[in-house]
Amino acid sequence: MDFSYVIWIPALPLISFLLLGLFNRYFRKEPVAGYVGVASLGTAWVLALYTAWKYFFEVGLQNGQYVPFTPFKWDWIHFAGKLSIDMGILLDPISVMMLVVVTTISFMVHIYSIGYMYGDEGFARFYAYLSLFSFSMLSLVLASNIFQIYIFWELVGVSSFLLIGYYFVKPSAIAAAKKAFIVTRFADFFFLVGILMIGYFVGTFDIETLNSEGTIAWIAQHPGPVFMGLSAVTWALILIFVGGAGKSAMFPLHIWLPDAMEGPTPVSALIHAATMVVAGVYLVARLFPLFYHVGDGFALRVVASVGTFSALFAAIIALTQEDIKRVLAYSTMSQIGYMMMALGVSGYEGVEGLGYMAGMFHLFTHAMFKALLFLIAGVIIHAVHSNLMKDMGGLHKYMPISSWTFLIAALAISGIPPMAGFYSKDEILHAAFEYNFLIWLVGFLVAGLTAFYMFRLYFRIFHNGTREYHHPPKEDSRAMTGPLIFLAVLTLTVGWVFTPFSKYVTPTRVPFTYHIHWGSPLVLGSMAIALAGILTAYFFYYKPTDYPQKAARAFGLTYQWAKNKFYMDELYLFITKRIIFDKISKPSAWFDRHVVDGMMNALGNTTVWISNRIKVLQSGRLQEYGIYFVYGVVVLIMVFYFLNF
Amino acid sequence: MIEGISIQVILTFTTVLFFIGLYGFLTRTHLIGILISLELMLNSEAINFVAVNKYLHPQFLQGAVFSLFILALAAAETALALAIILQVYRRTGSVDVKEVKELKY
Repeated sequence: MDFSYVIWIPALPLISFLLLGLFNRYFRKEPVAGYVGVASLGTAWVLALYTAWKYFFEVGLQNGQYVPFTPFKWDWIHFAGKLSIDMGILLDPISVMMLVVVTTISFMVHIYSIGYMYGDEGFARFYAYLSLFSFSMLSLVLASNIFQIYIFWELVGVSSFLLIGYYFVKPSAIAAAKKAFIVTRFADFFFLVGILMIGYFVGTFDIETLNSEGTIAWIAQHPGPVFMGLSAVTWALILIFVGGAGKSAMFPLHIWLPDAMEGPTPVSALIHAATMVVAGVYLVARLFPLFYHVGDGFALRVVASVGTFSALFAAIIALTQEDIKRVLAYSTMSQIGYMMMALGVSGYEGVEGLGYMAGMFHLFTHAMFKALLFLIAGVIIHAVHSNLMKDMGGLHKYMPISSWTFLIAALAISGIPPMAGFYSKDEILHAAFEYNFLIWLVGFLVAGLTAFYMFRLYFRIFHNGTREYHHPPKEDSRAMTGPLIFLAVLTLTVGWVFTPFSKYVTPTRVPFTYHIHWGSPLVLGSMAIALAGILTAYFFYYKPTDYPQKAARAFGLTYQWAKNKFYMDELYLFITKRIIFDKISKPSAWFDRHVVDGMMNALGNTTVWISNRIKVLQSGRLQEYGIYFVYGVVVLIMVFYFLNF
Repeated sequence: MIEGISIQVILTFTTVLFFIGLYGFLTRTHLIGILISLELMLNSEAINFVAVNKYLHPQFLQGAVFSLFILALAAAETALALAIILQVYRRTGSVDVKEVKELKY
């Protein structure tokens, strides 16, 4: 099977980016740029679906195992031995799955943006950025070389920066863009160090080679120098995970994600909910055999702990936020924590790979329903002209499509069958339960919290009494409601259609069968806590009541902490301003200004001083020069004469 | 070898000539005068070359050839210097060396 046409999947958005970016002024007439973007992404989407069909159902499975395809690989920069930076395409179950996710969401967002961005001045620029992002993300997903991942990793960072700062006249948007870029860039530095360590201690950047049994056995024999009880390769993996945590907004590098909501809402749906932020999860999954085997899986335990903590941390903050996009942002962070947790608790062979499969499945379903939630948030913000929940309420009768699709998505994220989220979430909890009771308990609690805050959002936006609006809010654009309905249908169906996901994605690429035990206490328990969360939200928020205030008072300080996001931003400011700037940067600046520059200035000043003293010799009077010359000759003659040269 | 004249006489003569030229070069204010003094110094050297050649190594011709080179060089130099002096005169309206001191710090 020749998969070389796959190169067109990232190439099409690249072409549309170049077209829209370079010939921006020819696309001034409103929706034309949108049509270009939609056409390129639509084609890429069809190609991706075709590829997925071919791979999963026709050629991928050979002798009971999915084989990787590398239809294209170009040895770009070759170092010693096997170490080289390649540009290539690697098709295996997870990259094909990510292709489908990225192209689907990107295609939907492209369509949606025609409605959402209509009338905006930078319409063509917006589409150029979206295309740039799609290109980079698709290339990242397809990368066959860890350094290639890193290159496109930075490119998605740049496109995220450009899109967050899309409204570049708004100071808050610029600040948010800067923050996102600096925080993720800071994490990427560790990623780069990790990659270089892998290059030094393992000697290859090629993902297939790295994940092969031979390499893992080799690493086991040559663990490299030991630092703080961990071998060099384990450290490299932890550093790579730090890079992934930065992009995926894991604690404590999550601070950029809520601020990133300053970008246009379709951007939040595409980048900060469905695709770019799960790049970290994808990265861990990509190197999963290494994470699992090297150093007895220590790095994987780090992934599990960070993921679990972030899931709980973000869920608690999400309970208290007022801005709907921020609630969704923290919810995204919490769900990504879930995915990380799933990868972290996963085993390797056969059914033990449940966590890995569940994490990937959750990535897949979460992309659908979270993108849907963000797109609905965009419709609402468009209609109400506010991000804050207090300006909303009773919107159900004005915006029925948004309301129903939101309900579907909220049920999905809460984990109610038969929505997509139920299957993946239940599998994650099952995997966590087999691994560690504490992790399961946190995951279980987070499931309840998630149901509560999602339905808090739902009831407060669409019910909660009636409200007077100056203009009756309405869903006016079909370009915007179309994607909502499409994604809602996906949210309803992908769960049971693709269960068991272990037929497609497993750590060893050998499919196994897995059945959900409908009657088991685990499944019933997770459904029960989701229902409990929903019911609590119903009692609190379906009608305006004073329960929320009472609850807030009851929690007192905890509530205040959560509402202020546990003062993480303040902590960061304290560390950067009070400690790094005051204690390190300022003395260094003083040293630079006074000692290093001082030496240079002294040199310069001395030269100037000397030249001031001797420049009077150059008087412009010819005969003075003549007399100096004569004196010089006389002196030289005397010197030579008396010294007997 | 010139009858009745020793090399000391010729060298004394050229030395006097050279220092007359040097004195003129350092004291004259007229640019043409300076140029003439310069020529004096050059020519005293040319005579030196010829005389030393004649008295010490009569079988060789290098000294004479050198003085011929000096003559050619002096002609070229004079042409150049006169051109410069003309330009100076056009700019400043005088040929006084003290007026020409723009090229200072």
